Amino acid sequence: MPHDHHDHLSPSGHPYRADNDEPLSYWQTMEIAVRELLIEKGVSNAAEINAQIDAMDARSPADGAQVVARAWTDPAFRERLLANGSDACREMGFDIGALQLIAVENTRDVHNVIVCTLCSCYPRNLLGLAPDWYKSREYRSRTVKEPRKVLSEFGVSVPDGVQIRVHDSTADMRYVVIPARPEGTEGWSAEALADLVTRDSMIGTGLAKTP
Amino acid sequence: MTEFDGKRWHDMGGAGAGPVVPAEHDFALWEKRVDALMVLCSTKGLFTVDGLRRAIEDMGPDVFENTTYYDRWIAAVNQNLIEAGTYTLGELGAKMDEVAKRGETYGQAARG
Repeated sequence: MPHDHHDHLSPSGHPYRADNDEPLSYWQTMEIAVRELLIEKGVSNAAEINAQIDAMDARSPADGAQVVARAWTDPAFRERLLANGSDACREMGFDIGALQLIAVENTRDVHNVIVCTLCSCYPRNLLGLAPDWYKSREYRSRTVKEPRKVLSEFGVSVPDGVQIRVHDSTADMRYVVIPARPEGTEGWSAEALADLVTRDSMIGTGLAKTP
Repeated sequence: MTEFDGKRWHDMGGAGAGPVVPAEHDFALWEKRVDALMVLCSTKGLFTVDGLRRAIEDMGPDVFENTTYYDRWIAAVNQNLIEAGTYTLGELGAKMDEVAKRGETYGQAARG
């Protein structure tokens, strides 16, 4: 990842959103007011809010990558993951909360992709916050109608003989894709395999990296 | 004008749209705070995710173009908290006035 534009890009390579030194917006004013009222009313406190931010920041696609790599290397775990995604992820120490997490597996014959047509439901407790495009009108509208075309825009070409299954998420039911294990990785450790698992491969808009 | 097709504006599945723009950004502090408030308030039982969505869906289609994701979220969190009786509309108004007078930037108004 390039690090030569410190003023404009974050360490992850994305632009920072206007924040502390931009003119105060109406909705930012509301956020400050709501947060302070919640603290004044004793509903929450600054430490609890900061802890929640830290907990969310700590979640990232690297967590999901560990789950996928284990499913690739541990057949019994794979069975448990496909049977109950929430419990299998909890078993690895991830806080899935009350969500029902359903893992769907890519095979030679099936490619899975996840979307939320109604809102922005995403396996946030495993992968962290959703990227902007996942919440966009374009992705939400078209993925259920012309998934092959949408995937091609992400550079993913799914052969005609492979069925595409689109999973529309809900508030209570979130999906995560187990991408196909790349060829040429026989004998690899779960740790090494996890480096091949990208965020987009767990959404279905990407494939696992090839070695 | 097109006829009503039985779906509300948020029910976007199957509608036509342009290419997916692979946009993403790192979340600003105020956005992370909104996210945290939603999670904490729903965990504490003040409202549900369905309550959050209901408020957003009732905002109508224009908000999707005119506001950002977390603009809509804080508006919906606020709506649900007022409905839950956590604070009153009057208390919110007074607090927002006070916050707005603290300075011209988020950093100044939030005092950090």
